Amino acid sequence: MISNLLVANRGEIALRIFRSCRDAGIGTVAVHSDADARAPHALAADAAIRLPGDSPSDTYLRAGLLVRAALDAGADAVHPGYGFLAENAGFARAVLDAGLTWVGPSPEAIETMGSKVESKRLMAEAGVPVLAELDPERVTEADLPVLVKASAGGGGRGMRIVRDLGGLAEAVESARAEAASAFGDPTVFCERYLETGRHIEVQVLADGHGAVWAVGERECSIQRRHQKVVEEAPSPLVDEPMRERLFDAARKAAKAIDYVGAGTVEFLARDDGEFFFLEMNTRLQVEHPVTECTTGLDLVDWQVRIAEGERLPDEPPQRGGHAIEVRLYAEDPAQDWQPQSGPVHRFAVPGVTAEFAVRPGVASGLRLDSGVADGSVVGVHYDPMLAKVIAWAPTRAAAARSLAGALARAHIHGLVTNRDLLVNVLRHPAFLAGETDTAFFDRHGLGTLATPLADERAVRLSALAAALADAAENRRAARVLGGLPSGWRNVVSAPQRKAYVVAGERHEIAYRLGRDGLHAEGFDDVVLVEATPERVVLEVGGVRRTFDVGRYPGLVAVDSPLGPVSLEPEPRFTDPESEVAAGSLLAPMPGTVVRVAVEQGAAVRAGEPLLWLEAMKMEHRIVAPADGVVTDLPVTVGQQVEHGAVLAVVQGEGE
Amino acid sequence: MLRSRLDTAGEDYAAYREAMLGKLAELEAEHAKAVEGGGEKYVARHRKRGKLLVRERIELLLDEDAPFLELSPLAGWGSDFHVGASVVAGIGVVSGVECMIIGNDPTVRGGSSNPWTTRKIFRAADIALENRLPVINLVESGGADLPTQKEIFIPGGRLFRDLTRLSAAGIPTIALVFGNSTAGGAYVPGMSDHVVMIQERSKVFLGGPPLVKMATGEESDDESLGGAEMHARTSGLADYLARDEPDAIRIGRGIVGRLNWRKQGPEPAPVTPPRYDAEELLGIVPEGLKVPFDPREVLARIVDGSEFDEFKPLYGDSLVTGWARVHGYPLGVLANARGILFSEESQKAAQFIQLANQTNTPLLFLHNTTGYMVGRDYEQGGIIKHGAMMINAVSNSKVPHISVLIGASYGAGHYGMCGRAYDPRFLFAWPSAKSAVMGPQQLAGVLSIVARAASEARGQAYDEDGDAAMRAAVESQVEAESLPMFLSGRLYDDGVIDPRDTRTVLGLCLSAIHNNPVQGAQFDGTGFGVFRM
Repeated sequence: MISNLLVANRGEIALRIFRSCRDAGIGTVAVHSDADARAPHALAADAAIRLPGDSPSDTYLRAGLLVRAALDAGADAVHPGYGFLAENAGFARAVLDAGLTWVGPSPEAIETMGSKVESKRLMAEAGVPVLAELDPERVTEADLPVLVKASAGGGGRGMRIVRDLGGLAEAVESARAEAASAFGDPTVFCERYLETGRHIEVQVLADGHGAVWAVGERECSIQRRHQKVVEEAPSPLVDEPMRERLFDAARKAAKAIDYVGAGTVEFLARDDGEFFFLEMNTRLQVEHPVTECTTGLDLVDWQVRIAEGERLPDEPPQRGGHAIEVRLYAEDPAQDWQPQSGPVHRFAVPGVTAEFAVRPGVASGLRLDSGVADGSVVGVHYDPMLAKVIAWAPTRAAAARSLAGALARAHIHGLVTNRDLLVNVLRHPAFLAGETDTAFFDRHGLGTLATPLADERAVRLSALAAALADAAENRRAARVLGGLPSGWRNVVSAPQRKAYVVAGERHEIAYRLGRDGLHAEGFDDVVLVEATPERVVLEVGGVRRTFDVGRYPGLVAVDSPLGPVSLEPEPRFTDPESEVAAGSLLAPMPGTVVRVAVEQGAAVRAGEPLLWLEAMKMEHRIVAPADGVVTDLPVTVGQQVEHGAVLAVVQGEGE
Repeated sequence: MLRSRLDTAGEDYAAYREAMLGKLAELEAEHAKAVEGGGEKYVARHRKRGKLLVRERIELLLDEDAPFLELSPLAGWGSDFHVGASVVAGIGVVSGVECMIIGNDPTVRGGSSNPWTTRKIFRAADIALENRLPVINLVESGGADLPTQKEIFIPGGRLFRDLTRLSAAGIPTIALVFGNSTAGGAYVPGMSDHVVMIQERSKVFLGGPPLVKMATGEESDDESLGGAEMHARTSGLADYLARDEPDAIRIGRGIVGRLNWRKQGPEPAPVTPPRYDAEELLGIVPEGLKVPFDPREVLARIVDGSEFDEFKPLYGDSLVTGWARVHGYPLGVLANARGILFSEESQKAAQFIQLANQTNTPLLFLHNTTGYMVGRDYEQGGIIKHGAMMINAVSNSKVPHISVLIGASYGAGHYGMCGRAYDPRFLFAWPSAKSAVMGPQQLAGVLSIVARAASEARGQAYDEDGDAAMRAAVESQVEAESLPMFLSGRLYDDGVIDPRDTRTVLGLCLSAIHNNPVQGAQFDGTGFGVFRM
């Protein structure tokens, strides 16, 4: 029996595993990087061990340190979570060699499935349908488009789509480089790329006594850059005969490698029901909750029990209802999915009925698996996923509606997220019709799908609400005369003014609070019912609307049924000394300067790269905005820069 | 707790309210004239120069959403000069500090000072000194209005004297120079503790290029004589050089923020609003002031929780005295109930004022008095002696006084109730107020009786037609001269206020007052005790 378990991971998955352990009475040990010292997962465990440093390679990827931590904390088992070292056979081996229980499949199984080339060969032998592997050297026009994949990869990294042969060599090269840096293995391979495939996967559970369950399928077709965004169970594509075939293939796959534990066999399916083996993930999946919500199983609990040698019952449980999960990311879909970093001032999803937990027998509900709490800081070192939100209900439509509603009403303050996109997807007619495939975003247009929930009028009303709440806050915070009417004048000359910037657009609110109520320019049909610093109630054309207002440095977050709006209050005054020179190029996000191509004084052409900034594992080029001369270059290679830091100043010719 | 007996559904209430709303509309129209400044043409020209209007400067200077009480907005009303007297003065909150803000209106004759301008600024300086309010001057003035220089030049020197006396009293003075501040005007920044000038905008010199040329023959230009850059870098007259107007205001707010200001009066108690609606204040005061009204109806709509503890309610009941709070500040109230002050009322007032001094409690006077009682019995009963007691007490009381003329304020009653000459910290009038040596009819009647007696003494027949015309003329003249806008125009009050704003105005003034310690006349064992009357 396991008595004390270390989770070699962070964020929501660590918390998820702790929850199951706690229910089972197993002690919990967390590990944390320096950046995560105050992270929820580090605070939630019975014990926490520091991994010095911030970057994953210094911390969560250090097998030796993790084993040492487990021993130091008196843990007798290690759960790897997903990502990081979850599919690293060497780590599994190190854990086992230290005499600890490894909650996962054998190192051999990991190794076999870790090699995409090898695993495909094995699967084909076992009778699992596969897409033929192509030698990068021999790809022909007829094979296009092809997908270049890292053999050791996952999560879309090291993956490239090639549509013309000319680009193949470069794609292979860059995929190799990315694979090498991300997984330490530069091996890549090619296969036919199905443009409109559907990503369908089967959750399997296998005990150490030869029993293999195909627990249920999930569809995760809605992806961005090969990263899953919306996941559900069951798949709207899969009918009972197809399900049988899928389950059969999945069981074959697991049995072929004597798999033990929880795993996922991924397939790419076509609308006609034909499917091909993609890979097997020898770990718990991010999207495992949708299976839990439709089966009542606690997959983590079963992982632990299987690791303890327990047998599976004869039959997996009945599946029922429908569950949909969305991954809430700190990223800006409209800005090419640019990852966001910074504080999450507030994170609250209304109507949550379970956190990290399974509710067997409950027909519908809302589950939240969140790695952040109010005040958490999303750093640049790790995946910017904030939380997973899962709704389950008797029908797919009901689950989608409930999930969309909860997301729309969630209070998420501080970072740009993909929330609006998720809600738009969940409410999209094509999604509701089950027409989901990997090209969903391309087909329906990212621009359209990323449309903010709050329309122009909602933004204007939210700006008004922000101004009135700010006014109330100003009165409350006033050191003198705070009890007098807001903005009182015995001789009226001008309204109070406040300006906010929403998505680059300036909204000025001019208002006066007279004895007969609110007078706001451009809001003739608005009556103020109540304004406190936290809440503003307006009657708009006879309809009462409530706006919840959160206030943080440089941010006012307004939530209402009309849609969430983040407003940046425009300062009344600017200190000339703090203003940036015209032509300044600012860091688009925090990161590290990895390369500088020019020197101060250099003449540059528009579009010429000046320097490269690495952030969130990606290199961002900073290019000259116009022809001119580099008049200032305040950064050097290796320098960490904050968001908005001046990287270079280019003065145009003739300026 | 006060219980209102006001019949808000009654005809009187509706009529009084209607009349009051009419007067308020007139008042608003006069205030609008001040706000308009020098009119469209000059406002447009000012804006074209990229400048903010004076009230825009003030709005930007004030803390967001904080109140601002403009003082003497009708200064110069009824004179040849523009309403407002080309300057804005008022109390507002800057960086959490209550300040006296004085800003020239350069759209009105270039912001030049006329006799009303200087009087308005003198009054503002007095208020700043008495209540310990830091002063912020927003300077842009063409100097003295030369045609009226004889009335400005000699008394006008007080402007600069006041600034340094404020400084000497520990009250910081700040000058934000937005434009010209030349000749005598140069001493506004010259005498201020903190000076901000704006590059390419501020011009501060004793004599401009033409004058210098006349005086010494020297050729010069504005910038080298008095430009902001020069003063910031060379003469040292400017402490801060601002890039533009908003920057100057930003710097000014920063200066106030660094004054480390601490109010010295006691903190206010928690505030409960009155239980009755301030809106009903419009329907209390009878049009024409012929009918007495109960000032408790006014108090019920002004004081915290409508809580009023009456002192000596059964004695001298034509004057209501008692204790209350407004916006948390304790207050002793003297309010005329039936207009006339008799001996009892006078003695009651004198005793009450002494009690307020003993406990360092500020006093509020609500005027509706036709004066001290006249007549044989009253004279023989010592009405002069008793009135003198009240005036003595008011004159030598050391607690802060605030007067509000809500109805009549005639004769020596005006004095006893702490009229302007008795230096209340603040004095405001409702549009319904009237103040004069006596009522217009009485005054005309007195003149008529005297004239009739004189002609009878000369044995002449009295010209009855002439008398009627004289009476009508005098009556209408005195009536006009006893109206609040006329008196406000002459700086005899600090402004005419909407009755519904009374509580707000009092709260703001009391808070301003509490920048200074609140200290009554000494009851420290060296003098007498409170005299029972």
